[in-house]
Amino acid sequence: MKNIPTPVRILLALLIPALLVPVFPEIAYPVFVMKVLCYALFALAFNLLIGFTGLVSFGHAAFFGWAGYTTGILMIRFSPAGFPVELAILAGILVATAIGWLIGTLAIRRTGIYFSMITLALSQIAYFLAVQVGWTGGEDGMQGIPRGKLLGLVDLSDDNNMYYFTLGVFVLGFLAIHRIVHSPFGQSLKALRDNAPRAVSLGYDTDRCKLYAFMLSAAFAGLAGSLKALVLQLSALNDVMLSTSTEVLLMTLLGGLGTSWGPIVGATLVVSLQNYLAELGGVVTIIIGLTFIVCVSFFRRGMVGEWQAFLQRRTTKRQRNVPLDALPHDTAPAPETPGR
Amino acid sequence: MFDISMQALAAQLLVGLINGCFYAVLSMGLAIIFGLLNIINFAHGAQFMVAAFLAWIGFAQLPLLLGPEFRINFWVALVLAPVIVGGLGILLEKTLLKRLYHLDHLYGLLLTFGVALVLEGAFRHFYGISGASYDPPALLQGGVDLGFMYMPVYRGFVVVASLSICVVTWYLFEKTRLGALLRAGTENPKLLQAFGVNIPLMITLTYGFGVALAGVAGVLAAPIMQINPLMGANLLNIVFAVVVIGGLGSIMGAILTGLSLGLLEGLTKVFYPEASTVVVFVIMAVVLIARPAGMFGKEH
Repeated sequence: MKNIPTPVRILLALLIPALLVPVFPEIAYPVFVMKVLCYALFALAFNLLIGFTGLVSFGHAAFFGWAGYTTGILMIRFSPAGFPVELAILAGILVATAIGWLIGTLAIRRTGIYFSMITLALSQIAYFLAVQVGWTGGEDGMQGIPRGKLLGLVDLSDDNNMYYFTLGVFVLGFLAIHRIVHSPFGQSLKALRDNAPRAVSLGYDTDRCKLYAFMLSAAFAGLAGSLKALVLQLSALNDVMLSTSTEVLLMTLLGGLGTSWGPIVGATLVVSLQNYLAELGGVVTIIIGLTFIVCVSFFRRGMVGEWQAFLQRRTTKRQRNVPLDALPHDTAPAPETPGR
Repeated sequence: MFDISMQALAAQLLVGLINGCFYAVLSMGLAIIFGLLNIINFAHGAQFMVAAFLAWIGFAQLPLLLGPEFRINFWVALVLAPVIVGGLGILLEKTLLKRLYHLDHLYGLLLTFGVALVLEGAFRHFYGISGASYDPPALLQGGVDLGFMYMPVYRGFVVVASLSICVVTWYLFEKTRLGALLRAGTENPKLLQAFGVNIPLMITLTYGFGVALAGVAGVLAAPIMQINPLMGANLLNIVFAVVVIGGLGSIMGAILTGLSLGLLEGLTKVFYPEASTVVVFVIMAVVLIARPAGMFGKEH
C-alpha cells in the first residue's frame, strides 16, 4: 500500500460507497451521480490544461459538445441494429481531439489573456456550426439517444448497468490523467508553466508540448461529452455554448486549479447546485457569477487547494526543523500565479 | 455577383459601419483599461448592456413608477447612464479589482467575468430574455434620401457620434499632457509614482472612463439593437476577436481594426450571407497564422 500515491488511495477509498450507489438509490440517485461523474471527468480534462500549462480555455464546450453530437448521431442513425457503443465513444474522442488540434494550433500562438480570447472566439464557430448543420438538431438538439450494448452483451439502457460502466470509464480516465500528470511529459509541462525561458533553453519545444497538452485535454473532454450524451440520452445546443465552458472553468476554480481532486469536488458542488436551483433561471447565473468573484477574491487556491495548504502549514508547524522542500506532498500546491 | 444593387450594397455597408463603430468604441475601451490595469475587462459587454437597459428604464419604466414628469429622455440618458455605469465600475475597481494587480492577468479576467455573469443573470431575472425596444429621440427620427440610398437620421448620428468619441479619446491619449501621463503609467507606473503622480487614483479613473465608454456605446445602441441581457455578451465575443487581430497596444489600432472589420462583415453580408456571422473569427484565424502577434502587434 505504501507506494500507492495518495490521490489513487483516495480514489480506492471512495470506490466502495460509489459501488453501492445503485443499491441505495434513495440516498444518491444513480443518474444524478452519473451526471456528476461525467462533469467531474470534464473538469479533470480542463484542469489538465489550466493546472499544468497555466492556459485558460474558454472553448472547452466545443470538445464536450461535439463529442456528444458525434456519439449521439452514431447511436441514433444505426438505431435498430445498434452501433457498438465503445466505437461511438471512440469516435467522439477522435472528433474532439481533431477540433482540439484545430483550435489548439491557432490558440497556442498567443499566451495569457489572448489565448483565452482566441479559444472563446473559435468556440463560437463551433457553436454556429452546431446551429447550422442539420443533423445536430439545431435548437432542439438530439433526444432519446440509445445507450446500446456494451461489447454487444450488457444492456446499457438499464440504469444500473450504465452506472457501473460510467464509473469504470471515470476511474480509468482519472488514472490515465493522473499517469499523464506524473509522466515525464507532465513534468516538462510543469517546467514550462513555471519557467518557460528556462525550459526552452533546456531544449523543450514549448509549442509542441502545449499543443499536445491541449489535444489531450480536448480528448478527455470529448470522452466526458460522449459519456454524458449516453447517460442523459441527450445532446443539446447548450453543450457547445459558452455557458458550458464557463461551468467547467467554475468547477475547476472552485475545487482548486492544478489539484488532483479539486475538479471532482468542484463538479459535485456545481452539478448539485444546478440540480436544486434548476427552476430559478437567471438566479443560477447570478450565483455562479458570485462564486467566481468570491473564489478569485478570497480563496484562489480553491477548496482542495486551501485544504492542502492548511495541512502543509500544520505539518510545517509540527516539524519546524525540517526544510520546506523535504516535506512530503504528492501533488504540487496550486500556484498563486499559474503561468502566463 | 454584380447584379447586386447599389442600394443593397450601401445599406449593408452602413450596417457594417455602425457595427464597426461599436467594435471600435468597445475595443478602444478594452485597450485603455488593459494598458493601465493589465486586466482584460470581461465585464465590458455586460456594462454596455446595463447602460442600454438604464436608458430604456429611464424612458419607459420610471414614468410608470413615479409619474410622467420623471421620464428621462435620450439626451439625458446619454450622459447619465455612462456616469452611473462608470461609477459602478469605479466602485468595482476600488473594492475588488485593485486587490488583483500583483497577480497574473488571469485573475482579473475571471473576476470581471464573474461580474458579467452577475449583471446578466440579474437583468435576466428581472426583465427576462425577450428584450425591449427603444425609439430614437424625436430630433433624430426619420431619414434623408442621399440619392444612392435612404439614410435613417439616427444611424447617421450613431456613426458621427462614435467616430467623434474615438477621435476625441485618441487625441486625449496621444496629444495632451494627461495622455502623456497615462501612457507613462502604462510603460512604467513605479517610476511615475516616484515622480509624485497618484497612480492608484489614475488607475481607478481610467477604469471608470473605459467602462463609461462602454456605457456611451450601450446608450447609442439602445435604439438600434434589441435590448436584452445578452446583447453585450454577443457583441463582446466579436470584439475579442477584433482585439486579437488588432492587439491591445494602441488606441488607433483598436479604432481602425474595429471599423474595418465592421465594414468587412457588412460586405460579407452582401456577397456571402451564410458566412457573415463567422467572418471576423475566420479573419482572426488567418491573422494568427500569418502574423501571430496581431496586426499592430506588441505582445504584452
